[in-house]
Amino acid sequence: MIRVDGTGKSNSLIQVRGLDKTYRRGGEEIQVLQRLNLDVDKGDFVAFMGPSGSGKTTLLNLLGGLDVPTHGSITVAGDEITHMSGGKLTNWRARHVGFIFQMYNLIPVLTAFQNVELPLLLTKLSKSDRRKHAETALGVVGLAERMNHYPRQLSGGQEQRVAIARAIVADPTFLLCDEPTGDLDRKSADEIMDLIHRLVKEYGKTVLMVTHDPVVARQADLTLHLEKGLLVESAEQPQGVVAGGAA
Amino acid sequence: MKFSGLIFANLFRKKIRLLLTIGSFAVALFLFAFLAVVRDAFGRGADVAGADRLVIINRTSIINPIPLSYRDKILRIPGVKVITHNNWFGGVYQDEKNFFPQFVIDPENQRQVVPELIVPDDQWSDFLKDRQGAIVGARTAERFGWKIGQRIPLKTTLWGGGNWEFNLVGIYHGKRPQDDETQFWLQWDYFQEHVPERIKGQVGWYVLRLDSPDDAVRVAKAIDEEYANSPYETKTETESAFAAGWVKQFGNIQFLIATIGVVVFFTLLLVTGNTMAISVRERTSELAVFKAIGFSDRAVLFFVLAESLVIAVFGGLLGLVLAVLAVPVLTKALNGLLPNLVLAPRFLVLGLLVAVFVGLASGVLPGLGAMRLRIVNALRRV
Repeated sequence: MIRVDGTGKSNSLIQVRGLDKTYRRGGEEIQVLQRLNLDVDKGDFVAFMGPSGSGKTTLLNLLGGLDVPTHGSITVAGDEITHMSGGKLTNWRARHVGFIFQMYNLIPVLTAFQNVELPLLLTKLSKSDRRKHAETALGVVGLAERMNHYPRQLSGGQEQRVAIARAIVADPTFLLCDEPTGDLDRKSADEIMDLIHRLVKEYGKTVLMVTHDPVVARQADLTLHLEKGLLVESAEQPQGVVAGGAA
Repeated sequence: MKFSGLIFANLFRKKIRLLLTIGSFAVALFLFAFLAVVRDAFGRGADVAGADRLVIINRTSIINPIPLSYRDKILRIPGVKVITHNNWFGGVYQDEKNFFPQFVIDPENQRQVVPELIVPDDQWSDFLKDRQGAIVGARTAERFGWKIGQRIPLKTTLWGGGNWEFNLVGIYHGKRPQDDETQFWLQWDYFQEHVPERIKGQVGWYVLRLDSPDDAVRVAKAIDEEYANSPYETKTETESAFAAGWVKQFGNIQFLIATIGVVVFFTLLLVTGNTMAISVRERTSELAVFKAIGFSDRAVLFFVLAESLVIAVFGGLLGLVLAVLAVPVLTKALNGLLPNLVLAPRFLVLGLLVAVFVGLASGVLPGLGAMRLRIVNALRRV
């Protein structure tokens, strides 16, 4: 069950309470997130929408441990991440978070396989095990045949699929997608969304996604809007999709 | 090891830049080795000097002579084991560019005083028998293709001038690679027969061996006091001090070479540091991705340092290998102007250590920058 009123179960996978984020710009304080609450369960797929500068990416960064809140707490699978030291947070990210970026952010000098293998270099897996895992992840995204291609030899959609493979290869607790289709044409965007949808439905992945595109957002179980630093449920949520996960 | 693929993939990102940076390391290390060899050659006299040898020259200058009559008196000073004397001959073989040092020697004691320059007994015996006999160092013999039995003409403007002819009866070799094998020795008696009357019985300098190196200061003082206020005052010093003083006449070579070396490496540090900084700046967002997916700050620092270290080691090794190949060629090209140029293993080790230091130092600032990168800010810079 996805909730934004701070009354979720205590065993929610992701539990956000009273989250504030304030930036200082030229002596002026800009409050991006205000007393924000969120509960997300395992297997939920939630989309965040909102105008530019509304704090969507900031929220994603906070949930991914890339940034620290001004106030409030974020608990993921029982770990409160808001007070973790830099080193612990880095390890936590490696184990729990899979990032998918708008610009794919693949390493251009590495092949698709090597890009996918990157998170596994941080584990104790043997070389052959790393290879198996990476090949499996590339198989899931349908690019097993292209594992030796460099990013420049792939289309945008294929690059994003490699990025998804990289995000899922270490089997993270949840995926954070920042505008995953923002740089793609409609056809490629649909393919990517089908893939993300499949990850949720078939593999039980928990996905939190930022998007500007209502069509893309509709693929999620629930779309939340960021307005004045608070999360509100979308009024346009289609029938049949409820805040409780898969319809 | 599992990160080596990553490090090399990043290195080969800009191949021309990589080649140029490795090239600058290679040139710098080649220059380092070359300077070290030249510096070593200039300081060689001091290094190869016997610890138990003293050199006595005229206090006014080495070009002023000292009487031969001093020899026996000096020999009586306690602590003096054996003494010999030399004169600078200053001859020219065929052409002035064919420079090599020629010394008039005292055959009686030369081998006892300078035992590291070895002449086979039969050749030495031939030398003693022939007043026109001459012995030459192996390098000079090789340089001019001289063979034993050959007649060697030397022309000089000193000692009354004229053409002097010698019979080559022996070739000496140094015990160690750094020993000077370029000298030409002729006999004191033959020399005395030909010099004008007014300069007969005058030697250029004395070289003596002590019973013990510990006597050096006392014996030197005793000799100089003995001839103080005489028409031929002496200046006695250890052979290494004499050699160092000789080199100083060329100017402060050591300082000059050290300064050039420091400038070269400082420039290299700036060039490599700048290259690494550009390389890191170009992949800010990639480094942010590394950190986002769980690579620690230290791992990112390690990648940058490892890259600059690999460049330094490859470039350094290349430069040193080139130096190893070039030094013998250089020795030939210098035509005996300097003693044997030897690229000692210690220079190779030192060169590599300097390369490693410059490699690490040039990677530190960009590496720290990468380490401190804020992921959120860096990801925005696409």
